[in-house]
Amino acid sequence: MKSLKIAVSAIALSAAAFPASADDITIGVISILEGAFAALGQDGIRGVEMAVADAGGQVAGNNIELVVVSSDASPDSAVSAARRLIEQDGAQIIVGPLSGSEGLALRDLSRSYPDVTIINGSSGAQDTTLRDPSENFFRFGGDGAQWMAGVGTYAHDTMGYEKVAIVAEDYSFPYTQVLGFMTEFCSAGGTVPAKFWTPIGNADYSSVVYSIPQDVDAIFVALGGSDAVSFLTQYQQAGFNTPIIGGSITIDQTVLSSDAAFRDMLIGAPAGTPTVSDYDSAEWQAFSATYSEMFPDGLGAPSIFAHHYYMGAQAALLGLEAVGGDLSDGGKAFRAVLNDLEFTQPTGGTMRIDENRNGIVDNFVIEVFEREDGSLGTRAIEVVKDVNQTLGQDVETFLAAGPVSRDNPSCP
Amino acid sequence: MRYFLVLIPLALLPLLLNDFWVSQVLTRALILGVIALSLSFLATYLGVVSFAQVTLAGVAGYAVAYFGPNTVGLGFPLPLYVSLPIALLLSMAAGALIGLVARRSRGIYAIMITLAIGVAFFYFTRQNYALFNGFTGFSGVIAPKMGEGNWGDPMPLYFLALGVSVICVVLVNGFVRSPLGLAVQAVRDAPGRLLALGIPTTYPIVAAFAFSGLIAGSGGILNVWFQERVSSFSVGIGPIIDVLIISVIGGLRHPTGAFVGAIVYVMLDIFAIDLIDRDRFNLLIGIVLLAIVMAAPNGLHQLAIDWVGKLRGRAEQPRTN
Repeated sequence: MKSLKIAVSAIALSAAAFPASADDITIGVISILEGAFAALGQDGIRGVEMAVADAGGQVAGNNIELVVVSSDASPDSAVSAARRLIEQDGAQIIVGPLSGSEGLALRDLSRSYPDVTIINGSSGAQDTTLRDPSENFFRFGGDGAQWMAGVGTYAHDTMGYEKVAIVAEDYSFPYTQVLGFMTEFCSAGGTVPAKFWTPIGNADYSSVVYSIPQDVDAIFVALGGSDAVSFLTQYQQAGFNTPIIGGSITIDQTVLSSDAAFRDMLIGAPAGTPTVSDYDSAEWQAFSATYSEMFPDGLGAPSIFAHHYYMGAQAALLGLEAVGGDLSDGGKAFRAVLNDLEFTQPTGGTMRIDENRNGIVDNFVIEVFEREDGSLGTRAIEVVKDVNQTLGQDVETFLAAGPVSRDNPSCP
Repeated sequence: MRYFLVLIPLALLPLLLNDFWVSQVLTRALILGVIALSLSFLATYLGVVSFAQVTLAGVAGYAVAYFGPNTVGLGFPLPLYVSLPIALLLSMAAGALIGLVARRSRGIYAIMITLAIGVAFFYFTRQNYALFNGFTGFSGVIAPKMGEGNWGDPMPLYFLALGVSVICVVLVNGFVRSPLGLAVQAVRDAPGRLLALGIPTTYPIVAAFAFSGLIAGSGGILNVWFQERVSSFSVGIGPIIDVLIISVIGGLRHPTGAFVGAIVYVMLDIFAIDLIDRDRFNLLIGIVLLAIVMAAPNGLHQLAIDWVGKLRGRAEQPRTN
């Protein structure tokens, strides 16, 4: 019984240990700093730190205080991280989260806190902003479908693929990626006779490998990290050599750096992404150089996560600058500024948002190539400008197709 | 009387603390404490460590989400007086079923069986869209209305969780003194003798698991109202281990140990990232947990009782549980 009293005094003590500072503007950051995505989440934080450093750590004479909280890719953890930032640290602006289902959860949460503005980090689920959007949830970036813009057309018209099978993880982000690919590929005349949905962290793909129809021209693979490595290894070892088309996180430096035998299979494989490591525009070169200078022990180049968290934080800082750091009206003026905000994004295009507060982005079709030293890299082969969330389609038609799922879209 | 010394400060705490402390620290600790209590109960009185308690909480949580308001357009909304009993009955039935499966196993084998059930349920919820809505699960599961507000608001939910915790502790204390509870403890101590007396061991074991399902289910329902959502992540291996840690650091000797463990765990989970470099905050959590287990092998609750005993002097010391 006494122990409960001790616990109570411990609570009181820690309450005194975390005072809030009145003059600073607190920006909460939610990223994944534990588990399989920790390296990616860390890069997201680097993006935020770059944006704050660009602003000199200050906005309209107020110091910026960053409070970083970790989630673990689960919606529950993102919600409790956000509540902690809002209720304990008094953050009125939150940048984050990283992963798809976390974004959906924070979109729902934002309705309970109308005075708080949540600016998405890198989460890419479609319905976060497309269906039932929230007034105070912004995404200065694309969703998983926008990140595939250009790839379906390229695969059909340039590569000449007619039939493609799909292997992807079984959750909201890959569904969205598959929709982005299939929307273009099917309307160009291609067909998708088979889709295989696998659980995250699956190790044995043999049943999938042998079920893929023999007559397909290519396989669209939307798997991340170790899942991509396991699948490609087992597929190659089974003796198949059907060409690969990659999702945004499949053709990633971590997969390309792997020494496995499947690497030859990947050379020439196309993929879609908003962030190309070797892109030669002046803005990206400058961004990349600043990144390497600030974070000597960071990745070889800013990842999709550093890029997107940077844009989220940059939007927050530009908005704060415009309202003179004043959020005393519950952030109304701040959000009004964000709605009309336009700025140059690190890849050189102009970032702006639509009426659902989702970014209109430039996307890249990339391909894997072998560098002179034998390592694999990616290079941009096409830039698709001004991709909106409905992929250029009429809003009603796009919404009428229904929410993404295992079976939607379909063109067997 | 001693209980009121604890309950009155707990009832007054919300007046002193802000919403964050009330909901994110205290309420969350109480909810985790209730789920951990169901594990402590089985471990202490039946002698079986069950890894399936989060699964039982998840069964009740999913039932409330499926038969209540949600924003994913799945399930049949039923009135609360129907959906709550359904949820608790389902978690009790699931508990009884697990008890039936695990009735012949002890020690590491019981752990393996219940862990397998927990992990199987996790993958099932993740893959099944008709009942569980797969990876995304249910969102917008709001607590019932209460006057102007809602039972999910920080204050009402805190008092609801406090009330449920007290009821669960009282229920456990009552259960272990009942004839059935004594039979459960007899199964723990000497199953062979019990059989020799002509008492089958299956019924007490199944009953104990069903009872733990009732407690875990109550915690699961509160958890869904607290999070306003339930998904495969709520029943994954992470929460399963969290609940085990809470039971162990709190101590298994007394039901309230689970709540002591829960408050310590929640505070560590929330504030460790402020105390240390953010790349390494899980290291701090691990070290503290290790230190607790090494310094207090019977849990924090027992450690605190020992200290109080020492402070009072040896005169009152010779009193054992």
